[in-house]
Amino acid sequence: MSLEILSLEILPPEIVRLIVQATLDTLLMVAVAAGLGTVLGLPLGIFLATSGRGELLAAPWANRVLGAVVNATRSTPFIILVVAIIPFTRLVAGTSIGTTAAIVPLTVAATPFIARLVEGAIREVDAGLVEAARAFGASPLQIVLKVLIPEALPGIVLGLTLAVVSLLGFSAMVGAVGGGGLGDLGIRYGYQRFMPDVMAAVVVVLIVLVQAVQSLGDRLSRSLNKRVVRRA
Amino acid sequence: MTFAVPEPLAGSTRRLVPEEPIIRLDGVSKTFPGRGRGAPAVPALDGVDLAVAPGSVLGVIGRSGAGKSTLIRLVNGLERPTSGRVIVDGAEISGLPERSLRHARRSIGMIFQHFNLLSSRTAAGNVALPLEVAGYDRAAIRARTDELLDLVGLADKRDRYPAELSGGQKQRVGIARALATKPKVLLSDEATSALDPETTRSILGLLGRINRELNLTILLITHEMSVVRAIAREVAVIDRGRIVEQGDVFDVFTRPREAVTRSFLAEEGGRTLPPHLAERLKPEPVPGGQAVVRIVFRGPHATDPVLARLAREAGIDANILAGTVDEIAGRPFGTLVVGLPGGSEQLATALAFLAERGLDTEVLGHVA
Repeated sequence: MSLEILSLEILPPEIVRLIVQATLDTLLMVAVAAGLGTVLGLPLGIFLATSGRGELLAAPWANRVLGAVVNATRSTPFIILVVAIIPFTRLVAGTSIGTTAAIVPLTVAATPFIARLVEGAIREVDAGLVEAARAFGASPLQIVLKVLIPEALPGIVLGLTLAVVSLLGFSAMVGAVGGGGLGDLGIRYGYQRFMPDVMAAVVVVLIVLVQAVQSLGDRLSRSLNKRVVRRA
Repeated sequence: MTFAVPEPLAGSTRRLVPEEPIIRLDGVSKTFPGRGRGAPAVPALDGVDLAVAPGSVLGVIGRSGAGKSTLIRLVNGLERPTSGRVIVDGAEISGLPERSLRHARRSIGMIFQHFNLLSSRTAAGNVALPLEVAGYDRAAIRARTDELLDLVGLADKRDRYPAELSGGQKQRVGIARALATKPKVLLSDEATSALDPETTRSILGLLGRINRELNLTILLITHEMSVVRAIAREVAVIDRGRIVEQGDVFDVFTRPREAVTRSFLAEEGGRTLPPHLAERLKPEPVPGGQAVVRIVFRGPHATDPVLARLAREAGIDANILAGTVDEIAGRPFGTLVVGLPGGSEQLATALAFLAERGLDTEVLGHVA
Protein backbone atom coordinates (compact mmCIF):
# COMPACT_ATOMS: atom_id res chain seq x y z
CA MET A 1 0.00 0.00 0.00
CA SER A 2 2.75 2.37 0.94
CA LEU A 3 4.34 1.47 -2.37
CA GLU A 4 1.30 2.77 -4.25
CA ILE A 5 1.29 5.97 -2.30
CA LEU A 6 4.97 6.52 -3.05
CA SER A 7 4.57 5.74 -6.71
CA LEU A 8 1.47 7.88 -7.14
CA GLU A 9 2.84 10.94 -5.53
CA ILE A 10 6.58 11.05 -6.14
CA LEU A 11 8.20 8.44 -8.33
CA PRO A 12 7.20 6.26 -11.24
CA PRO A 13 6.39 2.68 -10.18
CA GLU A 14 9.36 1.07 -11.94
CA ILE A 15 11.72 3.32 -10.02
CA VAL A 16 9.97 2.45 -6.76
CA ARG A 17 10.36 -1.23 -7.60
CA LEU A 18 14.09 -0.61 -8.17
CA ILE A 19 14.43 1.12 -4.82
CA VAL A 20 12.65 -1.72 -3.03
CA GLN A 21 14.86 -4.29 -4.77
CA ALA A 22 18.01 -2.29 -3.96
CA THR A 23 16.97 -1.98 -0.32
CA LEU A 24 16.45 -5.72 -0.09
CA ASP A 25 19.84 -6.32 -1.74
CA THR A 26 21.54 -3.97 0.70
CA LEU A 27 19.83 -5.60 3.69
CA LEU A 28 20.83 -9.05 2.44
CA MET A 29 24.48 -8.11 1.87
CA VAL A 30 24.81 -6.27 5.15
CA ALA A 31 22.98 -8.92 7.18
CA VAL A 32 24.98 -11.84 5.79
CA ALA A 33 28.30 -9.98 5.99
CA ALA A 34 27.57 -8.80 9.54
CA GLY A 35 26.50 -12.32 10.53
CA LEU A 36 29.59 -13.98 9.05
CA GLY A 37 31.78 -11.14 10.29
CA THR A 38 30.48 -11.72 13.82
CA VAL A 39 30.95 -15.48 13.65
CA LEU A 40 34.57 -14.94 12.61
CA GLY A 41 35.30 -11.63 14.34
CA LEU A 42 33.96 -12.48 17.79
CA PRO A 43 36.37 -15.34 18.52
CA LEU A 44 39.18 -13.44 16.80
CA GLY A 45 38.51 -10.40 18.98
CA ILE A 46 38.36 -12.51 22.13
CA PHE A 47 41.63 -14.15 21.16
CA LEU A 48 43.31 -10.80 20.48
CA ALA A 49 42.14 -9.50 23.85
CA THR A 50 43.33 -12.48 25.87
CA SER A 51 46.43 -13.85 24.15
CA GLY A 52 49.00 -11.15 24.80
CA ARG A 53 52.08 -11.86 26.88
CA GLY A 54 51.15 -12.92 30.41
CA GLU A 55 47.44 -12.91 29.67
CA LEU A 56 44.79 -15.58 30.11
CA LEU A 57 45.42 -17.55 26.89
CA ALA A 58 48.96 -16.28 26.44
CA ALA A 59 50.16 -16.94 22.88
CA PRO A 60 52.22 -13.82 22.11
CA TRP A 61 53.34 -14.97 18.66
CA ALA A 62 49.90 -15.91 17.37
CA ASN A 63 48.64 -12.67 18.89
CA ARG A 64 51.24 -10.64 17.03
CA VAL A 65 50.68 -12.39 13.69
CA LEU A 66 46.88 -12.12 13.84
CA GLY A 67 47.16 -8.53 15.01
CA ALA A 68 49.31 -7.71 11.98
CA VAL A 69 46.84 -9.40 9.60
CA VAL A 70 43.96 -7.50 11.17
CA ASN A 71 45.83 -4.21 10.85
CA ALA A 72 46.72 -4.90 7.23
CA THR A 73 43.10 -5.58 6.31
CA ARG A 74 41.88 -2.60 8.28
CA SER A 75 44.33 -0.23 6.62
CA THR A 76 43.36 -1.20 3.06
CA PRO A 77 40.69 1.18 1.71
CA PHE A 78 37.53 -0.81 1.10
CA ILE A 79 37.27 -0.07 -2.61
CA ILE A 80 40.87 -1.32 -3.09
CA LEU A 81 40.11 -4.40 -0.98
CA VAL A 82 37.13 -5.23 -3.17
CA VAL A 83 39.23 -5.23 -6.31
CA ALA A 84 42.34 -6.76 -4.75
CA ILE A 85 40.60 -9.89 -3.53
CA ILE A 86 38.62 -10.61 -6.73
CA PRO A 87 40.40 -13.98 -7.24
CA PHE A 88 39.47 -14.98 -3.68
CA THR A 89 35.90 -13.82 -4.21
CA ARG A 90 35.66 -15.93 -7.37
CA LEU A 91 37.01 -18.92 -5.46
CA VAL A 92 34.44 -18.58 -2.67
CA ALA A 93 31.34 -17.34 -4.49
CA GLY A 94 31.99 -18.90 -7.90
CA THR A 95 31.76 -15.46 -9.49
CA SER A 96 33.17 -12.04 -8.83
CA ILE A 97 30.12 -10.11 -10.00
CA GLY A 98 26.78 -9.52 -8.32
CA THR A 99 25.20 -9.14 -4.92
CA THR A 100 26.20 -12.59 -3.64
CA ALA A 101 29.80 -12.07 -4.68
CA ALA A 102 29.81 -8.68 -2.96
CA ILE A 103 29.18 -10.42 0.36
CA VAL A 104 32.73 -11.81 0.26
CA PRO A 105 34.67 -8.50 0.40
CA LEU A 106 32.11 -7.10 2.83
CA THR A 107 32.74 -10.04 5.17
CA VAL A 108 36.50 -9.73 4.74
CA ALA A 109 36.29 -6.08 5.73
CA ALA A 110 33.81 -6.64 8.55
CA THR A 111 35.70 -9.43 10.32
CA PRO A 112 38.81 -7.53 11.47
CA PHE A 113 36.70 -4.46 12.19
CA ILE A 114 34.40 -6.46 14.46
CA ALA A 115 37.41 -8.25 15.97
CA ARG A 116 38.96 -4.94 17.05
CA LEU A 117 35.65 -3.69 18.46
CA VAL A 118 35.16 -6.94 20.41
CA GLU A 119 38.77 -6.79 21.61
CA GLY A 120 38.17 -3.27 22.90
CA ALA A 121 34.99 -4.29 24.71
CA ILE A 122 36.70 -7.31 26.33
CA ARG A 123 39.67 -5.20 27.44
CA GLU A 124 37.25 -2.86 29.18
CA VAL A 125 36.26 -5.67 31.57
CA ASP A 126 37.78 -5.04 35.00
CA ALA A 127 40.89 -7.21 35.49
CA GLY A 128 39.71 -7.78 39.07
CA LEU A 129 36.88 -9.97 37.76
CA VAL A 130 39.34 -12.23 35.99
CA GLU A 131 41.42 -12.42 39.14
CA ALA A 132 38.35 -13.30 41.21
CA ALA A 133 37.38 -16.02 38.73
CA ARG A 134 40.89 -17.47 38.77
CA ALA A 135 40.78 -17.38 42.57
CA PHE A 136 37.67 -19.55 42.72
CA GLY A 137 39.12 -22.07 40.30
CA ALA A 138 37.72 -21.12 36.88
CA SER A 139 39.61 -22.34 33.79
CA PRO A 140 40.60 -19.87 31.06
CA LEU A 141 37.73 -21.10 28.87
CA GLN A 142 35.24 -20.73 31.73
CA ILE A 143 36.55 -17.23 32.37
CA VAL A 144 36.00 -16.29 28.73
CA LEU A 145 32.50 -17.78 28.57
CA LYS A 146 31.18 -16.94 32.02
CA VAL A 147 32.98 -13.71 32.86
CA LEU A 148 34.46 -11.86 29.89
CA ILE A 149 31.69 -12.29 27.31
CA PRO A 150 28.73 -11.59 29.64
CA GLU A 151 30.50 -8.57 31.17
CA ALA A 152 31.55 -7.20 27.76
CA LEU A 153 28.19 -7.89 26.10
CA PRO A 154 26.79 -4.33 26.27
CA GLY A 155 30.01 -3.05 24.68
CA ILE A 156 30.05 -5.85 22.10
CA VAL A 157 26.47 -5.01 21.07
CA LEU A 158 27.40 -1.35 20.62
CA GLY A 159 30.42 -2.42 18.57
CA LEU A 160 28.29 -4.65 16.34
CA THR A 161 25.87 -1.78 15.85
CA LEU A 162 28.73 0.41 14.70
CA ALA A 163 29.93 -2.39 12.40
CA VAL A 164 26.49 -2.73 10.78
CA VAL A 165 26.28 1.02 10.20
CA SER A 166 29.75 0.97 8.64
CA LEU A 167 28.75 -2.00 6.47
CA LEU A 168 25.78 0.00 5.15
CA GLY A 169 28.34 2.54 3.98
CA PHE A 170 30.72 -0.06 2.55
CA SER A 171 27.87 -1.77 0.71
CA ALA A 172 27.41 1.36 -1.41
CA MET A 173 30.85 0.71 -2.93
CA VAL A 174 30.31 -2.84 -4.09
CA GLY A 175 28.43 -1.52 -7.09
CA ALA A 176 31.93 -1.17 -8.53
CA VAL A 177 32.06 -4.93 -8.97
CA GLY A 178 28.45 -5.28 -10.01
CA GLY A 179 27.01 -5.76 -6.55
CA GLY A 180 23.51 -4.36 -6.26
CA GLY A 181 22.05 -2.34 -3.45
CA LEU A 182 21.20 1.23 -2.63
CA GLY A 183 24.61 2.72 -3.29
CA ASP A 184 24.77 1.19 -6.74
CA LEU A 185 21.27 2.49 -7.52
CA GLY A 186 22.13 5.97 -6.33
CA ILE A 187 25.27 6.12 -8.49
CA ARG A 188 23.75 4.65 -11.65
CA TYR A 189 20.37 6.36 -11.63
CA GLY A 190 20.77 9.33 -9.33
CA TYR A 191 24.21 10.42 -10.54
CA GLN A 192 24.92 8.97 -14.00
CA ARG A 193 21.37 9.41 -15.32
CA PHE A 194 20.78 12.75 -13.59
CA MET A 195 17.78 11.64 -11.49
CA PRO A 196 18.12 13.66 -8.28
CA ASP A 197 14.82 12.33 -6.93
CA VAL A 198 16.24 8.77 -7.03
CA MET A 199 19.37 10.00 -5.29
CA ALA A 200 17.23 11.68 -2.64
CA ALA A 201 15.16 8.55 -2.15
CA VAL A 202 18.29 6.41 -1.73
CA VAL A 203 19.70 8.82 0.86
CA VAL A 204 16.42 8.88 2.77
CA VAL A 205 16.21 5.08 2.87
CA LEU A 206 19.84 4.86 4.07
CA ILE A 207 19.21 7.44 6.79
CA VAL A 208 16.15 5.53 7.98
CA LEU A 209 18.11 2.25 8.01
CA VAL A 210 21.02 3.71 9.98
CA GLN A 211 18.64 5.32 12.47
CA ALA A 212 16.77 2.06 12.93
CA VAL A 213 19.95 -0.01 13.39
CA GLN A 214 21.48 2.51 15.79
CA SER A 215 18.46 2.88 18.05
CA LEU A 216 17.89 -0.87 18.09
CA GLY A 217 21.52 -1.43 19.08
CA ASP A 218 21.44 1.31 21.72
CA ARG A 219 18.31 -0.09 23.27
CA LEU A 220 19.63 -3.65 23.34
CA SER A 221 22.95 -2.55 24.84
CA ARG A 222 21.21 -0.51 27.49
CA SER A 223 18.95 -3.37 28.51
CA LEU A 224 22.01 -5.64 28.84
CA ASN A 225 23.97 -3.12 30.88
CA LYS A 226 23.34 -3.73 34.59
CA ARG A 227 26.07 -1.37 35.71
CA VAL A 228 23.68 1.54 35.82
CA VAL A 229 20.74 1.51 38.18
CA ARG A 230 17.46 2.27 36.41
CA ARG A 231 14.33 3.01 38.33
CA ALA A 232 11.27 1.38 36.87
CA MET B 1 27.18 -40.85 96.70
CA THR B 2 29.74 -41.26 93.99
CA PHE B 3 30.94 -38.83 91.44
CA ALA B 4 31.88 -39.71 87.96
CA VAL B 5 35.53 -38.89 87.74
CA PRO B 6 36.24 -37.13 84.50
CA GLU B 7 38.90 -38.87 82.52
CA PRO B 8 41.96 -36.76 82.93
CA LEU B 9 43.42 -35.22 79.80
CA ALA B 10 40.94 -37.02 77.55
CA GLY B 11 40.15 -33.82 75.78
CA SER B 12 43.43 -32.09 76.19
CA THR B 13 45.97 -34.63 74.99
CA ARG B 14 45.30 -33.59 71.44
CA ARG B 15 46.18 -30.06 72.33
CA LEU B 16 49.61 -31.08 73.52
CA VAL B 17 50.54 -32.05 69.99
CA PRO B 18 51.17 -28.79 68.12
CA GLU B 19 48.67 -28.50 65.32
CA GLU B 20 49.95 -28.62 61.78
CA PRO B 21 49.53 -25.13 60.30
CA ILE B 22 46.92 -24.97 57.54
CA ILE B 23 48.89 -22.32 55.67
CA ARG B 24 52.67 -22.44 55.64
CA LEU B 25 55.19 -20.34 53.76
CA ASP B 26 58.76 -21.63 53.88
CA GLY B 27 61.46 -19.18 52.83
CA VAL B 28 59.32 -17.70 50.11
CA SER B 29 60.82 -15.09 47.81
CA LYS B 30 59.23 -13.45 44.82
CA THR B 31 60.96 -11.26 42.28
CA PHE B 32 59.10 -9.69 39.39
CA PRO B 33 60.97 -9.24 36.12
CA GLY B 34 61.69 -5.60 35.33
CA ARG B 35 59.44 -3.89 32.82
CA GLY B 36 61.22 -3.33 29.55
CA ARG B 37 64.63 -4.43 28.32
CA GLY B 38 67.42 -4.12 30.82
CA ALA B 39 65.13 -2.89 33.59
CA PRO B 40 66.18 -4.24 36.98
CA ALA B 41 64.12 -7.04 38.51
CA VAL B 42 61.76 -5.92 41.27
CA PRO B 43 61.99 -7.91 44.50
CA ALA B 44 58.58 -8.15 46.22
CA LEU B 45 59.15 -10.75 48.93
CA ASP B 46 62.40 -11.83 50.49
CA GLY B 47 62.60 -15.08 52.45
CA VAL B 48 59.20 -15.00 54.11
CA ASP B 49 58.28 -17.66 56.68
CA LEU B 50 54.71 -17.73 57.90
CA ALA B 51 52.49 -20.29 59.58
CA VAL B 52 48.76 -19.99 60.19
CA ALA B 53 47.07 -22.42 62.59
CA PRO B 54 43.72 -23.94 61.58
CA GLY B 55 40.78 -21.86 62.75
CA SER B 56 42.83 -18.79 63.55
CA VAL B 57 42.75 -15.26 62.18
CA LEU B 58 46.09 -13.83 61.12
CA GLY B 59 46.39 -10.21 60.08
CA VAL B 60 49.29 -9.15 57.88
CA ILE B 61 49.81 -5.42 58.06
CA GLY B 62 52.04 -3.35 55.83
CA ARG B 63 52.32 -0.19 53.77
CA SER B 64 51.45 -0.24 50.10
CA GLY B 65 54.35 -1.75 48.23
CA ALA B 66 55.51 -3.74 51.25
CA GLY B 67 54.67 -6.98 49.47
CA LYS B 68 51.44 -7.94 51.20
CA SER B 69 49.40 -8.27 48.00
CA THR B 70 52.04 -10.56 46.56
CA LEU B 71 52.05 -12.54 49.80
CA ILE B 72 48.32 -13.23 49.77
CA ARG B 73 48.36 -14.08 46.04
CA LEU B 74 51.01 -16.72 46.64
CA VAL B 75 48.68 -18.57 49.00
CA ASN B 76 46.13 -19.40 46.28
CA GLY B 77 48.69 -19.62 43.51
CA LEU B 78 47.68 -16.46 41.64
CA GLU B 79 51.41 -15.78 41.86
CA ARG B 80 54.16 -18.39 41.91
CA PRO B 81 57.14 -17.91 44.21
CA THR B 82 60.59 -17.44 42.72
CA SER B 83 61.89 -19.69 45.49
CA GLY B 84 60.52 -21.33 48.62
CA ARG B 85 57.37 -23.35 49.23
CA VAL B 86 53.74 -22.49 49.87
CA ILE B 87 51.68 -25.24 51.51
CA VAL B 88 47.95 -24.99 52.12
CA ASP B 89 46.04 -27.79 53.81
CA GLY B 90 48.80 -30.27 53.03
CA ALA B 91 49.04 -29.44 49.32
CA GLU B 92 52.09 -27.70 47.97
CA ILE B 93 50.40 -24.88 46.09
CA SER B 94 53.69 -23.56 44.73
CA GLY B 95 54.39 -26.85 42.94
CA LEU B 96 50.95 -27.77 41.58
CA PRO B 97 50.30 -27.88 37.85
CA GLU B 98 47.61 -25.45 36.66
CA ARG B 99 44.78 -28.00 36.54
CA SER B 100 45.28 -29.31 40.09
CA LEU B 101 45.80 -25.77 41.26
CA ARG B 102 42.34 -24.80 39.99
CA HIS B 103 40.90 -27.66 41.98
CA ALA B 104 42.85 -26.68 45.10
CA ARG B 105 41.58 -23.10 44.84
CA ARG B 106 38.05 -24.32 45.55
CA SER B 107 39.10 -24.82 49.15
CA ILE B 108 40.65 -21.34 49.35
CA GLY B 109 38.11 -18.51 49.22
CA MET B 110 39.13 -14.94 48.50
CA ILE B 111 37.54 -11.53 48.96
CA PHE B 112 38.74 -8.26 47.49
CA GLN B 113 38.97 -4.55 48.20
CA HIS B 114 36.80 -3.68 45.21
CA PHE B 115 34.54 -6.73 45.62
CA ASN B 116 35.09 -7.87 42.00
CA LEU B 117 31.49 -8.87 41.43
CA LEU B 118 30.11 -9.42 37.93
CA SER B 119 27.90 -6.47 37.08
CA SER B 120 25.91 -8.65 34.68
CA ARG B 121 24.84 -11.12 37.38
CA THR B 122 22.52 -10.69 40.36
CA ALA B 123 23.69 -11.29 43.92
CA ALA B 124 22.53 -14.90 43.64
CA GLY B 125 24.13 -15.23 40.19
CA ASN B 126 27.46 -14.06 41.55
CA VAL B 127 27.35 -16.51 44.44
CA ALA B 128 26.37 -19.28 42.00
CA LEU B 129 29.35 -18.69 39.71
CA PRO B 130 31.99 -20.71 41.61
CA LEU B 131 29.44 -23.51 41.95
CA GLU B 132 28.75 -23.51 38.20
CA VAL B 133 32.48 -23.58 37.57
CA ALA B 134 32.85 -26.52 39.96
CA GLY B 135 30.09 -28.38 38.11
CA TYR B 136 27.29 -28.46 40.72
CA ASP B 137 23.83 -29.22 39.38
CA ARG B 138 21.08 -26.63 39.20
CA ALA B 139 19.16 -27.70 42.32
CA ALA B 140 22.31 -27.89 44.44
CA ILE B 141 23.37 -24.43 43.25
CA ARG B 142 19.99 -22.95 44.11
CA ALA B 143 19.99 -24.50 47.59
CA ARG B 144 23.59 -23.52 48.39
CA THR B 145 23.11 -19.97 47.06
CA ASP B 146 20.05 -19.41 49.24
CA GLU B 147 21.86 -20.81 52.25
CA LEU B 148 24.85 -18.50 51.71
CA LEU B 149 22.84 -15.35 51.09
CA ASP B 150 20.98 -16.15 54.27
CA LEU B 151 24.27 -16.56 56.15
CA VAL B 152 25.49 -13.10 55.09
CA GLY B 153 22.09 -11.52 55.74
CA LEU B 154 21.13 -10.76 52.13
CA ALA B 155 18.30 -13.23 51.55
CA ASP B 156 16.05 -10.37 50.42
CA LYS B 157 18.57 -9.08 47.86
CA ARG B 158 19.10 -12.29 45.89
CA ASP B 159 17.79 -10.85 42.61
CA ARG B 160 19.50 -7.46 42.90
CA TYR B 161 22.38 -6.47 40.64
CA PRO B 162 25.59 -5.21 42.27
CA ALA B 163 24.87 -1.67 41.04
CA GLU B 164 21.76 -1.70 43.21
CA LEU B 165 23.67 -2.69 46.36
CA SER B 166 25.69 -0.63 48.86
CA GLY B 167 29.41 -1.24 49.37
CA GLY B 168 28.81 -3.30 52.48
CA GLN B 169 26.17 -5.39 50.75
CA LYS B 170 28.51 -5.97 47.80
CA GLN B 171 31.21 -7.23 50.15
CA ARG B 172 28.66 -9.54 51.78
CA VAL B 173 27.93 -10.98 48.35
CA GLY B 174 31.71 -11.29 47.88
CA ILE B 175 31.97 -13.20 51.16
CA ALA B 176 29.07 -15.48 50.21
CA ARG B 177 30.74 -16.16 46.86
CA ALA B 178 34.07 -16.89 48.55
CA LEU B 179 32.37 -19.41 50.86
CA ALA B 180 30.37 -21.10 48.09
CA THR B 181 32.59 -24.13 47.61
CA LYS B 182 33.05 -24.63 51.38
CA PRO B 183 36.68 -23.53 51.62
CA LYS B 184 38.85 -24.16 54.67
CA VAL B 185 40.73 -20.92 54.25
CA LEU B 186 39.55 -17.39 53.49
CA LEU B 187 41.94 -14.82 52.07
CA SER B 188 40.95 -11.22 52.58
CA ASP B 189 42.73 -8.70 50.37
CA GLU B 190 42.06 -5.29 51.96
CA ALA B 191 38.41 -6.29 52.06
CA THR B 192 37.29 -3.32 54.13
CA SER B 193 39.57 -0.62 52.73
CA ALA B 194 36.88 0.77 50.42
CA LEU B 195 34.24 0.87 53.16
CA ASP B 196 33.30 3.48 55.74
CA PRO B 197 34.15 2.79 59.41
CA GLU B 198 30.70 1.58 60.38
CA THR B 199 30.36 -0.78 57.41
CA THR B 200 33.91 -1.96 58.10
CA ARG B 201 32.86 -2.89 61.63
CA SER B 202 29.87 -4.86 60.41
CA ILE B 203 31.89 -6.71 57.75
CA LEU B 204 34.62 -7.54 60.29
CA GLY B 205 31.88 -8.71 62.63
CA LEU B 206 30.58 -11.03 59.92
CA LEU B 207 34.09 -12.37 59.24
CA GLY B 208 34.59 -12.98 62.95
CA ARG B 209 31.31 -14.87 63.15
CA ILE B 210 32.20 -17.00 60.13
CA ASN B 211 35.59 -17.73 61.68
CA ARG B 212 33.95 -18.98 64.87
CA GLU B 213 30.91 -20.75 63.44
CA LEU B 214 32.53 -22.44 60.44
CA ASN B 215 35.98 -22.77 62.03
CA LEU B 216 37.31 -21.07 58.91
CA THR B 217 40.94 -19.95 58.92
CA ILE B 218 41.27 -16.33 57.84
CA LEU B 219 44.39 -14.68 56.46
CA LEU B 220 43.83 -10.99 55.95
CA ILE B 221 46.06 -8.26 54.68
CA THR B 222 45.46 -4.63 55.47
CA HIS B 223 47.18 -1.31 55.98
CA GLU B 224 44.91 -0.43 58.89
CA MET B 225 45.77 -1.22 62.47
CA SER B 226 42.14 -1.01 63.50
CA VAL B 227 41.23 -3.95 61.23
CA VAL B 228 43.88 -6.18 62.78
CA ARG B 229 42.86 -5.10 66.27
CA ALA B 230 39.20 -5.79 65.63
CA ILE B 231 39.48 -9.32 64.31
CA ALA B 232 42.93 -10.90 64.39
CA ARG B 233 44.48 -12.84 67.22
CA GLU B 234 47.87 -12.88 65.57
CA VAL B 235 49.60 -10.24 63.53
CA ALA B 236 52.56 -10.16 61.17
CA VAL B 237 54.11 -6.84 60.20
CA ILE B 238 55.54 -6.78 56.69
CA ASP B 239 58.00 -4.20 55.47
CA ARG B 240 59.98 -4.12 52.23
CA GLY B 241 59.26 -7.75 51.45
CA ARG B 242 60.15 -9.12 54.88
CA ILE B 243 58.12 -10.05 57.92
CA VAL B 244 59.76 -7.89 60.55
CA GLU B 245 57.61 -8.67 63.53
CA GLN B 246 55.08 -11.36 64.31
CA GLY B 247 53.11 -12.64 67.27
CA ASP B 248 50.10 -12.22 69.47
CA VAL B 249 48.24 -9.01 68.61
CA PHE B 250 48.33 -7.70 72.17
CA ASP B 251 52.06 -8.31 72.57
CA VAL B 252 53.02 -6.79 69.25
CA PHE B 253 50.81 -3.75 69.66
CA THR B 254 51.76 -2.99 73.21
CA ARG B 255 55.48 -3.74 72.86
CA PRO B 256 56.33 -2.90 69.26
CA ARG B 257 59.96 -3.61 68.46
CA GLU B 258 60.17 -2.20 64.96
CA ALA B 259 59.85 1.38 63.76
CA VAL B 260 57.27 0.34 61.15
CA THR B 261 55.08 -1.20 63.79
CA ARG B 262 55.32 1.97 65.87
CA SER B 263 54.38 4.09 62.91
CA PHE B 264 51.21 2.03 62.46
CA LEU B 265 50.43 2.43 66.13
CA ALA B 266 51.02 6.17 65.91
CA GLU B 267 48.22 6.45 63.36
CA GLU B 268 45.90 4.78 65.78
CA GLY B 269 45.95 7.84 68.01
CA GLY B 270 47.06 7.98 71.63
CA ARG B 271 50.62 7.46 70.58
CA THR B 272 51.07 10.72 68.73
CA LEU B 273 51.89 13.78 70.76
CA PRO B 274 49.59 16.78 70.63
CA PRO B 275 51.07 19.24 68.08
CA HIS B 276 51.72 22.02 70.61
CA LEU B 277 53.88 19.60 72.58
CA ALA B 278 55.60 17.96 69.61
CA GLU B 279 56.76 21.38 68.34
CA ARG B 280 58.52 22.27 71.56
CA LEU B 281 60.17 18.87 72.04
CA LYS B 282 63.98 18.95 72.29
CA PRO B 283 66.25 15.89 72.22
CA GLU B 284 68.53 17.20 75.00
CA PRO B 285 67.51 17.98 78.61
CA VAL B 286 66.50 21.59 79.18
CA PRO B 287 67.69 23.16 82.48
CA GLY B 288 64.72 23.52 84.76
CA GLY B 289 62.45 21.84 82.21
CA GLN B 290 60.52 18.60 82.08
CA ALA B 291 61.19 15.23 80.52
CA VAL B 292 58.35 13.98 78.33
CA VAL B 293 57.84 10.30 79.01
CA ARG B 294 55.43 7.82 77.48
CA ILE B 295 54.16 5.19 79.89
CA VAL B 296 52.52 2.06 78.51
CA PHE B 297 50.03 0.24 80.70
CA ARG B 298 49.48 -3.33 79.65
CA GLY B 299 46.97 -5.91 80.74
CA PRO B 300 46.67 -6.19 84.54
CA HIS B 301 48.61 -2.96 85.20
CA ALA B 302 46.37 -0.87 83.00
CA THR B 303 44.11 0.06 85.87
CA ASP B 304 46.72 0.58 88.61
CA PRO B 305 46.84 4.08 90.15
CA VAL B 306 50.57 4.27 89.50
CA LEU B 307 50.93 8.03 89.17
CA ALA B 308 49.30 8.62 92.51
CA ARG B 309 51.76 6.18 94.08
CA LEU B 310 54.66 7.84 92.30
CA ALA B 311 53.69 11.11 93.94
CA ARG B 312 53.02 9.58 97.35
CA GLU B 313 55.84 7.07 97.63
CA ALA B 314 58.61 8.68 95.59
CA GLY B 315 57.52 12.25 95.98
CA ILE B 316 57.67 12.90 92.28
CA ASP B 317 54.77 14.70 90.62
CA ALA B 318 53.83 13.73 87.11
CA ASN B 319 52.14 16.18 84.82
CA ILE B 320 49.68 14.44 82.47
CA LEU B 321 50.05 15.68 78.88
CA ALA B 322 48.13 13.16 76.76
CA GLY B 323 46.74 9.69 77.03
CA THR B 324 44.26 7.02 76.07
CA VAL B 325 42.95 3.83 77.55
CA ASP B 326 41.83 1.23 75.10
CA GLU B 327 41.33 -2.46 74.59
CA ILE B 328 43.32 -4.73 72.31
CA ALA B 329 42.24 -8.30 71.73
CA GLY B 330 39.93 -7.95 74.73
CA ARG B 331 42.65 -6.80 77.13
CA PRO B 332 42.95 -3.30 78.55
CA PHE B 333 45.80 -1.21 77.27
CA GLY B 334 46.66 2.41 77.96
CA THR B 335 49.28 4.93 77.02
CA LEU B 336 49.95 8.05 78.98
CA VAL B 337 52.33 10.84 78.09
CA VAL B 338 53.52 12.65 81.20
CA GLY B 339 55.92 15.40 82.08
CA LEU B 340 58.42 14.37 84.78
CA PRO B 341 61.00 16.55 86.51
CA GLY B 342 63.87 17.00 84.05
CA GLY B 343 66.72 16.57 86.53
CA SER B 344 68.54 13.37 85.65
CA GLU B 345 68.47 11.95 89.15
CA GLN B 346 64.77 12.44 89.75
CA LEU B 347 63.97 11.20 86.26
CA ALA B 348 65.99 8.02 86.80
CA THR B 349 64.20 7.43 90.11
CA ALA B 350 60.81 7.86 88.47
CA LEU B 351 61.64 5.56 85.57
CA ALA B 352 62.96 2.91 87.96
CA PHE B 353 59.81 3.23 90.08
CA LEU B 354 57.62 2.69 87.03
CA ALA B 355 59.73 -0.18 85.70
CA GLU B 356 59.44 -1.97 89.06
CA ARG B 357 55.69 -1.95 88.64
CA GLY B 358 55.88 -3.62 85.26
CA LEU B 359 55.29 -0.56 83.11
CA ASP B 360 57.14 0.20 79.90
CA THR B 361 58.50 3.71 79.62
CA GLU B 362 60.08 5.67 76.83
CA VAL B 363 61.64 9.12 77.11
CA LEU B 364 60.40 11.06 74.10
CA GLY B 365 62.30 14.29 74.72
CA HIS B 366 62.42 17.38 76.85
CA VAL B 367 60.52 20.64 77.06
CA ALA B 368 61.26 23.88 78.81
